[in-house]
Amino acid sequence: MVRQSGKLSFIGLGLYDENGITLAGLDRIRSADVVFAEFYTSKLSEGALERLSAMTNKEIMALGREEVEDGTRILEEAKEKNVALLVAGDPMTATTHIDLRLRAHKESIDTEVIHGSSALTAVPGLLGLQHYKFGRTTTLPFPQEGYSPTSPYDMIMENLDRGLHTLVLLDIDAENSRYMSANEGFHLLQEMERRMGKGAAKDDSIVCVVARAGSPDCVVAAGPLSKLIAMDFGGPLHSIVIPGRLHFMEEESLGQWTNGKDG
Amino acid sequence: MGRKEDNIHKAQALMRQTKFIRNIGTAAHIDHGKTTLSDNLIAGSGMMSGDLAGKQLLLDFDEQEQARGITINAASASMVYDYKGQEYLINLIDTPGHVDFGGDVTRAMRAIDGVVILACAVEGVMPQTETVIRQAIKERVHPILFINKVDRLINELQVTPEQMQARLASIVNEVNEKIKKLLPPELKDKWALKVETGNVIFGSAYNNWAISVPYMKNTGINFKQVYEFCKNGDQKTLAKKAPLHEVLLEMVIIHLPNPDEAQKLRIPVIWHGDPESNFGKAMLNCDPEGPVAFMVTKIIVDAHAGEVAVGRLFSGKIRKGQELHIIGMPDPNRAQMVSLTVGADRIPVDELDAGNVVAVSGLKDAIAGSTVSSDPEMASFEKIVHYSDPVVTMAIEAKHTKDLPKLVDVLRTVAKADPSIQVEINQETGEHLMSGMGELHLEITQYRIVNEHKVEINTSQPIVVFRECVLGVGGPFEGKSPNKHNKFYIEVGPLSADIVQAMRSGVIDVEGKVKDSKAVARQLQDLGMDRDEARGIVAFHGTNMLLDMTKGIQYLHETMELIKEAYIEAMNRGPLANEKCMAVKVKLVDAKMHEDSIHRGPAQVIPAARSAIYGAMCLAGRTLYEPMQKVFINVPQDVMGDAIREVQQRRGVIEDMKQEGEMTIVASKCPVSEMFGFAASIRGATSGRALWSSENAGFEPMPKDPLDKAVLQIRQRKGLKPEPYDAAYYSS
Ligand SMILES: Nc1nc2c(ncn2[C@@H]2O[C@H](COP(=O)(O)OP(=O)(O)OP(=O)(O)O)[C@@H](O)[C@H]2O)c(=O)[nH]1
Ligand SMILES: [Mg+2]
Repeated sequence: MVRQSGKLSFIGLGLYDENGITLAGLDRIRSADVVFAEFYTSKLSEGALERLSAMTNKEIMALGREEVEDGTRILEEAKEKNVALLVAGDPMTATTHIDLRLRAHKESIDTEVIHGSSALTAVPGLLGLQHYKFGRTTTLPFPQEGYSPTSPYDMIMENLDRGLHTLVLLDIDAENSRYMSANEGFHLLQEMERRMGKGAAKDDSIVCVVARAGSPDCVVAAGPLSKLIAMDFGGPLHSIVIPGRLHFMEEESLGQWTNGKDG
Repeated sequence: MGRKEDNIHKAQALMRQTKFIRNIGTAAHIDHGKTTLSDNLIAGSGMMSGDLAGKQLLLDFDEQEQARGITINAASASMVYDYKGQEYLINLIDTPGHVDFGGDVTRAMRAIDGVVILACAVEGVMPQTETVIRQAIKERVHPILFINKVDRLINELQVTPEQMQARLASIVNEVNEKIKKLLPPELKDKWALKVETGNVIFGSAYNNWAISVPYMKNTGINFKQVYEFCKNGDQKTLAKKAPLHEVLLEMVIIHLPNPDEAQKLRIPVIWHGDPESNFGKAMLNCDPEGPVAFMVTKIIVDAHAGEVAVGRLFSGKIRKGQELHIIGMPDPNRAQMVSLTVGADRIPVDELDAGNVVAVSGLKDAIAGSTVSSDPEMASFEKIVHYSDPVVTMAIEAKHTKDLPKLVDVLRTVAKADPSIQVEINQETGEHLMSGMGELHLEITQYRIVNEHKVEINTSQPIVVFRECVLGVGGPFEGKSPNKHNKFYIEVGPLSADIVQAMRSGVIDVEGKVKDSKAVARQLQDLGMDRDEARGIVAFHGTNMLLDMTKGIQYLHETMELIKEAYIEAMNRGPLANEKCMAVKVKLVDAKMHEDSIHRGPAQVIPAARSAIYGAMCLAGRTLYEPMQKVFINVPQDVMGDAIREVQQRRGVIEDMKQEGEMTIVASKCPVSEMFGFAASIRGATSGRALWSSENAGFEPMPKDPLDKAVLQIRQRKGLKPEPYDAAYYSS
């Protein structure tokens, strides 16, 4: 197949607001013919998109989940034009984007990835936990009719058994502007604990929360579940970490956050 | 005190003496004379003048019944007779014969212990005759036979006395064969028809006479004399010598069981609770001192009394004001009025006792089929299953928008009073769809909504209910989730007729969750299903099933509810025309799922599994099943050709022709969709000289040409694009 003349750039917006993007990313937006953005896998703070649009003098079209998953519109445009797809965090951490990139290649469309910083490294970093001591990441979905999975709990348990930490991401329901808070997450984990009873989320389990990583009012906290579940961490986004076996350095780090100090 | 009140007053005294009670019904093919016969019994008890017996049709009191000359509702009458110096209480239920109202027959069988099966001497045994026998025996209701319209045999068919006897004997034999075939071994001899014992009688309900072999012996009347009386137009004298009600009553009292005897046999069949429990013992002994166990078989909507629950009291007693529990409903209801019924009238009594057919008002949460008890923990009676599915449907809306809430209310009431009516909201248009057993059924219900419930409505033309199915096996077909991270592989195929029948008849319990999957698997295997398949049973829906053939796939268990949801959606809206599916076997053969639960929620899994099912159905070959009807036409020679033409013009097939004197009985099978307006056209074609009846005959696949047309029509009506999607669409 002939090489298409257009290009699809996946651009990471980094953490929290319009200031997380890299200079390379800014440059690509400015030179793009069409700019899309998706915020259902992650999100930036209120008004960030508009400010980014003003900064770059570009119209930015926000796409819903279905349009990104379907991908046809993005790929059609990218055949002839330079298309930028803006994604909060680091773009290739969402599997949907890997799929989209794969399909672009199948249609002979050039792609490029401009990275951004991501909660996947920011959260361990803020807590002072060592990233290579994390097991598989998991996400807690909002319970829905006919769907209340317990596999996140199994995943935590599996990591704990091997002494590893678990980064627990929390569901985003972008359509209804619902973002799961750490408190809701803890309630769900407690519920799973009641059902499964293996000890991954007991009242005295040490757990950690990072809220609004990358923002000036970022909050970091560590302590027993029963304490954190009652704390107020402020606006979204929140993440939870269930630590495994702690290295003495890690222990010392977590010790700083027992009262939920600002990062 | 009127005659009815007087009679019921006596009934009150008899209600506790189970030895002197009989709960009976009439059942037969349409027009064989059930209501005429019932008149004779009512007159015989003195509640109606003897001259009117057979003419007044007291139990067809409904306006529509009178206008159309057919029974629509099962109606009851309690009456007291003197038999050889002993008073007996007979609780009678007269059932309809028209197939559209067959549900009422099935339900009435639960309330009675014995049934008089009628067969017209001219028409003989008809399919509906066999149907009612089957329903009776399933409920352990003892059948006896009345061959009616013997006068027509003599006066219209002009048979000789020998021919008459031979014909009667052949009908008795035929009915007997049908009964014996269905009887469980222990009843085979007990319940067989034996003319010499008097459990068969012959007569004319219209002319108020009947004879049985013992009656002939005792009175000296013989067949020859009967023949002469009819021939000479003197049936009045015959009615004096051999009054129908007397002969019939004797047969009922001698051959049919009293409630105490009957319940010992019936309770183990119709109630699966613990026989050693309080309830078990009380019902087996028909104990009025036991807890209340009342099964509702009919809801009558009365302009004054509101909803009245009619049914059988199997144990205990019910008084006015008593608090009762409708099993499955949260709050108790209070019995407002307790009464015995005589046709349109309900006569209040102080107390209702075990072993009777009774009426209770005030049970607002009860529907036909409800178990009502003094104890909220009572185990329910077995469900009453009526085999037939609705075959026609019409869209219905309030003429004035302001009436919409009222219409919704009325439709709910209508569906409660007549469980054979189904009301659904059309997903595409938001209008109400009312489905029923036939054109007449909908016509009458429509009439009721307008004239009795006083809501003006607009309706669409009635259309038949189609079912979608597959022609062969298709798949595995891969269905992808929108985010492409999950894939489900589905195979579909048609289920065997045996299995479908078992599901439809309730032999396999398809309601609700599969509780004991091992037991179900065994049942399916016995019906010929492959062992591994049978073990994969996950869910039923209608006559479809979902099987999980996979092994050890991680995360599948937490996704199964969603796959089930997709399967139910697909079975409710087939891929060809969004019609319900039937007889489809859906097998999940493989699945690949994303690691993180966030990527396999409902928004991902449901569309993926649904596409996989639809795609597999495309590969298997999609088709529509349409409802069929057996049509029997009783027609004189000279216009027989015209009648047959009417059938053949409607894609009908002639299956059998029988000569009976001047008349020919044509048996045929037609698609219901072609039968609209048949009543008027056959009347026109034969100058009204053809008598006809019909019976629902299940669903059959449509031939190619009408199939394509039907699909297009349905899709247009639903506002879908004309062409159904193909497999390629579902794989993207
Ligand atoms: N000649 C004759 N006609 C009869 C006899 N019994 C009933 N009929 C007539 O047959 C017709 C039907 O009688 P019904 O009693 O309404 O029949 P049914 O079985 O109750 O009918 P459905 O309830 O509608 O099924 C009426 O016109 C009766 O007058 C009989 O013994 N002889
Ligand atoms: Mg009748």
